[in-house]
Amino acid sequence: MLVAFIQRAVVQGIPLLFGSTGEILTEKSGNLNLGTAGVMYVGGITGVIGAFLYEQNAAQMNTFLTIFIPILSSILGSLLMGLIYAFLTVTLRANQNVTGLALTTFGVGFGNFFGGSLIKLTDSDVPSVTLSATSLAFKKGLPFADKLGWFGEVFLSYSFLAYAAIAIAIIVSVYFNRTRSGLNLRAVGENPATADAAGINVGRYKYVSICLGSIIAGFGGLYYVMDYACGVWSNNAFGDRGWLAIALVIFAIWRPNLSIIGSILFGGLFIIHNYIPNLSMSDQELFKMTPYLVTIIVLVVISMLKKREFQPPESLGLSYFREDR
Amino acid sequence: MSTQVAIELKNITKTFGSVVANKDINLTVNRGEILSILGENGSGKTTLMNMISGIYFPDHGQIFVDGKEVVIRSPKDAFDLKIGMIHQHFKLVDVFSAAENIVLGYDDGKFNMKKSTAKIQKILDRYGFELDLNKKIYQMSVSEKQTVEIVKVLYRGADILILDEPTAVLTPQETEKLFNVLRNMRRDDKSIIIITHKLNEVMEISDKVAVLRKGEYIGTVNTSETTESVLTEMMVGKKIDLNIERTEVENKEDRLIVNNMCYVNRDGVKVLNHVSFTAKSGEILGIAGIAGSGQRELLESIAGLRHLTHGSILYNNAKTGKQDNLRDKTPVQIRELGIRLSFVPEDRLGMGLVGNMDIVDNMMLRSYKKGKTAFLEKKEPRDLAEKIIDELEVVTPSVNTPVRRLSGGNVQKVLVGREIAASPTVLMAAYPVRGLDINSSYLIYNLLNEQKQKGVAVIFVGEDLDVLLELCDRIVVISSGQISDIVDARTATKEQLGLLMTKSKGDSDDDK
Repeated sequence: MLVAFIQRAVVQGIPLLFGSTGEILTEKSGNLNLGTAGVMYVGGITGVIGAFLYEQNAAQMNTFLTIFIPILSSILGSLLMGLIYAFLTVTLRANQNVTGLALTTFGVGFGNFFGGSLIKLTDSDVPSVTLSATSLAFKKGLPFADKLGWFGEVFLSYSFLAYAAIAIAIIVSVYFNRTRSGLNLRAVGENPATADAAGINVGRYKYVSICLGSIIAGFGGLYYVMDYACGVWSNNAFGDRGWLAIALVIFAIWRPNLSIIGSILFGGLFIIHNYIPNLSMSDQELFKMTPYLVTIIVLVVISMLKKREFQPPESLGLSYFREDR
Repeated sequence: MSTQVAIELKNITKTFGSVVANKDINLTVNRGEILSILGENGSGKTTLMNMISGIYFPDHGQIFVDGKEVVIRSPKDAFDLKIGMIHQHFKLVDVFSAAENIVLGYDDGKFNMKKSTAKIQKILDRYGFELDLNKKIYQMSVSEKQTVEIVKVLYRGADILILDEPTAVLTPQETEKLFNVLRNMRRDDKSIIIITHKLNEVMEISDKVAVLRKGEYIGTVNTSETTESVLTEMMVGKKIDLNIERTEVENKEDRLIVNNMCYVNRDGVKVLNHVSFTAKSGEILGIAGIAGSGQRELLESIAGLRHLTHGSILYNNAKTGKQDNLRDKTPVQIRELGIRLSFVPEDRLGMGLVGNMDIVDNMMLRSYKKGKTAFLEKKEPRDLAEKIIDELEVVTPSVNTPVRRLSGGNVQKVLVGREIAASPTVLMAAYPVRGLDINSSYLIYNLLNEQKQKGVAVIFVGEDLDVLLELCDRIVVISSGQISDIVDARTATKEQLGLLMTKSKGDSDDDK
């Protein structure tokens, strides 16, 4: 049962890991994208649209294309969301909070509209679209996982997107700390005027990190539908995972490598009510609250520690005007 | 020492709108030489240096580096010509280490912090800097941060270094250290331009001194052939008659007595050091000093906005005959004592007024406690706003225009008008005519004089020495947070003020 719990916790955690890695990358440039929930939702539905069209129109399904098309369409969807956000907040210097919240509302509406349309197209009895062939391709695990007992179950039983999530988190972490470009990006988020004076193109760094961050976050939505939900899209099933991802950013104190552990912990806390016997419905809801509770505790603790390294990027949420120098 | 010319400026002119910031300036700096640029506030020193470092572009004139004419359009151009500027306000990322800040934005091949750190360490050793490269900026003292800025410029290979008032924030010991480093650089054939207004430092460190006054180039002299008094005269110029009326008020009383005021700011710098003076009713007390010598902290402490570390602020209440100590009281508590203290801060739209609110609402910022019902009573503030617009000739489309949209002079009139309308017993005004045209300035002088005649104790912080000498009765001269002297404005001379203002900490015999 413990093995199964860990397994489920990881699967629950992966969308959050994608979301928080993307959000950390964005926030390190000084832009707080509260639209992450919307971006992940759009990343999911655009992947579904791509897969749906391919499944409907292809006579013979090619494994590579089955995976490639949903990924590509998901990237395009979340990239577009990132571009909207970047254009509004970086170029037009709109308020980041308002823009982000609007983007969440928009993303969820966009997803539900196209989700609803697809459901109509399939003429099915249940309010969902099922993409079993695509999901099967996405869920393909490592071939020798089931031969290694509990070790295989816990470490090797996941699909390639799950490993990609961890790899991306590690890569982003290394990027921040070990590369010149990462140093520049952090400088942009901390003190854009200084970065500008040092000859760093602030706008470009912000655009690139927002767009890449959105794409990564969008994978969270894609993974959720194709892997966690076994290719079944139904409107609003994604729930508040987007917000959980943003909470995870704080929990991980803006470090993608900590986010890996954090995501599994959050995933575990999110489903722990299923593993505690004899819980009433209301108690279950209480347990679902725990990830947020943990985040609040982390916030309190890091505020009390007063260590500058644990704080968010200094100019997070502020627009940069060059004239203000 | 070689005599090869490193940088030469010819007839550099720069105007901002109708203001001439620099007019026909000529400068030459050789390799292995330290040039001081001396001038009062607003004499155009920083503007000139910004043109060399690529922040501004001159309207006229030529710049030669190593004998070749160059065009410097951006800080990057300046870097390419090996010119580096150390600004007064540091441009550093707080959570980065010293080494990370130094390499930031500079591409010198493969990114390798270890190698870069070693390279930086070599620079440190060569010039005798003391710096822990792994220390984070936010844990550093001001002097360490400055060191990081200087090393950053050297790391990029600068041969011509410009330092904008580097000693303003340093203790005498730190200044000595900095000067040693600068001397080492001179020995290494670097050219250094240092902006300052502390005469003793000019004499100590520089080879040549260029003097600017009100944007004009007065001349360059060799330090060894000049004296402090010659330099002061070059810096302040001859006295100009302004014809500001100065009346005499009878029956002056001691209104505000400041005793041994000390204040240490958040960075641990002693901004005010045993400041004592008395402001009398029916008198304008001037405060003269180089910008940032503690004037702001002084006024804000009296206004109840800062907590002193030492000293007292006594107020003689004419009505009750009692003496109150204002130290550690909030503005509301001060008001509750029946003390009418008006304050025109230098930061008009930051502290004085709310930019996005209209004139009426800004009037209410002072009277918000007066209303009796839950709803706003706008009648009175509106009348007051209209009165101010009328009497002070404020140019505004209506009383409901956000003050942010008014011009600087009109914003100031609104602020001064509101403060005076509170019929104060003490009126503090910091740079009330800054950015105002001649007519508006005289209007403000007249208002202050009017208050003085009404028996108000006026404290006037100014920067124009001519104005201070004609408007005030007595002048407190403050230098690096200490009072150098309190002089009678009727008999004092401009040179005397200039010398007192530029006296630095080391000169003071009372350095407790």
